Amino acid sequence: MTTSTVEFHQTGDLTAGNRLQDEQQASRQSTQQRFNSLTAGHRACQGCGEALGARFAIDKVMELTGDRAFVVNATGCLEVFTTPFPESSWNVPWLHSLFGNAPAVATGVAAALRAQGKSDIRVVAQGGDGSTVDIGFGALSGMFERNDDVLYFCYDNEAYMNTGVQRSGATPPMARTATTPIAGANPGNPFGQGKNMPLIAMAHGIPYVATATISHLRDLEAKVAKAMEIRGARYIHIHVPCPLGWGSEPADTVKLARLAAESGLFPLFEAEHGEVTDSSKIRRQVPVEEYLKLQRRYAHLFGKSADAEGIAAIQKIADTNIRRFKLLREEE
Amino acid sequence: MAFNPPYAITLDAGSSLANKTGSWRTEQPLYLDRLPPCNVSCPAGENIQAWLGLTQEGRYREAWEEIVINNPLPAIHGRVCYHPCEDSCNRTSLEQPVNIHAIERFLGDLALQEGWPLPTPAEASGKHILVIGGGPGGLSAAYHLRQLGHEVTLMDAKPAAGGMLRYGIPAYRLPRDILDAEIERIQRSGVHIKVDTSIDNLANTLHDNRYDATFLAVGAHVGRHIDLKTDQSVPLTDAVDFLNGMESSPSSPSLGNRVVVYGGGNTAIDVARTAVRLGAEQVTIVYRRTQEKMPAHAFEIEEALEEGVELRALRTITAITDGKLQLETMELDADGWPQPSGGSETLAADSLVYALGQTVNAALLQGYPQIEVAADGTISVDERMMTAAEGLFAGGDMVPADRTITTAVGHGKKAARHIHHYLNDQQLQPRAKHETAEFDLLNTWYYPEEPMRSQPLLEMQQRTTTFNEVLDGLGELSSKLEAQRCMSCGNCFECDNCYAVCPDNAITKLGRGNRFAIDYDYCKGCGLCVEECPCGAMKMVPEIG
Repeated sequence: MTTSTVEFHQTGDLTAGNRLQDEQQASRQSTQQRFNSLTAGHRACQGCGEALGARFAIDKVMELTGDRAFVVNATGCLEVFTTPFPESSWNVPWLHSLFGNAPAVATGVAAALRAQGKSDIRVVAQGGDGSTVDIGFGALSGMFERNDDVLYFCYDNEAYMNTGVQRSGATPPMARTATTPIAGANPGNPFGQGKNMPLIAMAHGIPYVATATISHLRDLEAKVAKAMEIRGARYIHIHVPCPLGWGSEPADTVKLARLAAESGLFPLFEAEHGEVTDSSKIRRQVPVEEYLKLQRRYAHLFGKSADAEGIAAIQKIADTNIRRFKLLREEE
Repeated sequence: MAFNPPYAITLDAGSSLANKTGSWRTEQPLYLDRLPPCNVSCPAGENIQAWLGLTQEGRYREAWEEIVINNPLPAIHGRVCYHPCEDSCNRTSLEQPVNIHAIERFLGDLALQEGWPLPTPAEASGKHILVIGGGPGGLSAAYHLRQLGHEVTLMDAKPAAGGMLRYGIPAYRLPRDILDAEIERIQRSGVHIKVDTSIDNLANTLHDNRYDATFLAVGAHVGRHIDLKTDQSVPLTDAVDFLNGMESSPSSPSLGNRVVVYGGGNTAIDVARTAVRLGAEQVTIVYRRTQEKMPAHAFEIEEALEEGVELRALRTITAITDGKLQLETMELDADGWPQPSGGSETLAADSLVYALGQTVNAALLQGYPQIEVAADGTISVDERMMTAAEGLFAGGDMVPADRTITTAVGHGKKAARHIHHYLNDQQLQPRAKHETAEFDLLNTWYYPEEPMRSQPLLEMQQRTTTFNEVLDGLGELSSKLEAQRCMSCGNCFECDNCYAVCPDNAITKLGRGNRFAIDYDYCKGCGLCVEECPCGAMKMVPEIG
């Protein structure tokens, strides 16, 4: 998503900040005033994408609400690494109940605030792909269809990670997980299974749905800002690479997010009331191999028993996304 | 009052800040400064990246002041330096280098227009130094010595200072008002310049006048000749004399209508383009190797060809008979050297100009038997730029090195610093150099595609009939935006990426100009900051202990 065209400033709006721009144009994450809603000392793995995604999103919410927001958290990695009793990494009002009921709890919090007349306090809910796509799906769908005034963030790392990397409904085809091993004629997660949660959210006709990724920080923050201008049910699906579950280098987390977007495998788009309204264009298109080969969960596609057909099938997914969400810049 | 929780727990609730995750680390990130390739390759030792950085922010005066720390002639260098900085610029691997020389020229011209003075020299040292030769090397040495507080007298044999800048480089590349203004500014900083002062015997001069040290930079002004069988039907001249004559008495040189220049260096190009401007109808450069092998810079060859100069590559001249040059055709052997290919042709000419290189006239050193003079007249100097004679330093074209004005300026600076230490009975200790910021250390994702802004060229009719400057400058906005193409290789420019991408909030932003600090209590050593640093100003090192 482009908000404005900045005059050329060495790195444009690609870096978090820029000494040549004033702070208004920079990302919230680049400012000394950022909230650090998720503080240090948390137990996430080295290079955790989810810790980044959550801080990016919630810090922006705190900025926009003048620190008056309430966060409901589903069970998942994010909860396990931030709140092992008796410690908490959260600098925000934060509530946890169960794995599957975060959307319902958030609905309740919003209703309670409304009953108290506290319309300035905003409610957000957050969870991983497991709680969102699988376990809390029914509660989330209910929150959507009632158009409850909650912004829901899904941090998608494509499997159940803290329990030992089991497949979820968001695990991509061919990825190795503990429950989709490299065995048989079709190793890894099968093609044709799983759900596309952003599209399902759109099908509810809610006011705002967007996808975002940790490598496109300003784009992510702009989408949070847009969502916060709206009342009703809103959904932002954030791609958060996981070094542990994906078998990647901790230092490559942001790079992987970038390659997923630049290959077309993770399309960045926005939708309002069920209609796609905009998509972020690919800047330097890469073949899916560039993304896949950095991850051991796809190691069976490379090396001695290289699987060109498998790679081609994954490339086809990217190509479909590129067409469907118009991810390439139109020739001028 | 004791903590009395309403339900059964055994521990006090607390913040995760109690959990020092830094203990997980096996490698740690570090900030460091690396040397950008532009700075490495600048013969004058300019901190190019620093003044580009200031230009990016519109701090033009500070940028100019950064240049003159090392080089007092920015407006000249922005025009005639062959900018090895741009050849080594990492941006070349993305699309094109930063147009560094055009920005230097903008800053240099702005300084002249605004009348910015050179820095005030240090307190008087009481020492007096003689500089011989008013070319770029001598001017640079004089300036730097003056900055260090010494009294400096610069002597030049010609009616005006400038050396090859004036008597070698044509005005269409370096307008004389620019040259005069930058020399005058050095003079205003307190250097005594004595022109028309030729020194025939240096030992005698130094005997009659006491100087504490001497810097010698008389250049290489003797045109190299070859023996050619000639019936005298085509007049011969050499490039040095011709270009010198252009400056001394511009009305006198006449080369006729059909001019042939022999040689492939920048001087050959200068002569050919000057001949075009003097109205010659046919100007031909004869060169023994191919166009690609010509020592002249490609863009200058290109500009000469645009102006109608003809190039006959792979030819040598064997004789002159009946107003014609006899040419022998050549081909390159396996080592790239020309060998006769058996063909021959003739070329009618009204004059032939040798541009075959230059040698040094070192006759003034006759009183110094300890100084060895090579066959080409060059003399050797030690790492301090001192000759075999105590207190006599030398630089520029008369010592073996690249013969460019920027090398000469670098020599002048280096010699000045060593002279200063020599006068104080000290040795200048070389500073440890940072490692070079190579292209593969950059994360180029963060640099938007942005083509180089090039300088407008004068229209062709004026280029071929006047000595007006061929290249126009970049304006303020263009210079600023062009400077912003600099990727700041190897040195933090405060993009905040490290601060933003740390999943553990282990990086503290210290505010503009103060960069960042790493909190090793919480840094888990994931390396994301290093990977996402655009400019290679961080690295991972093994955890010690």
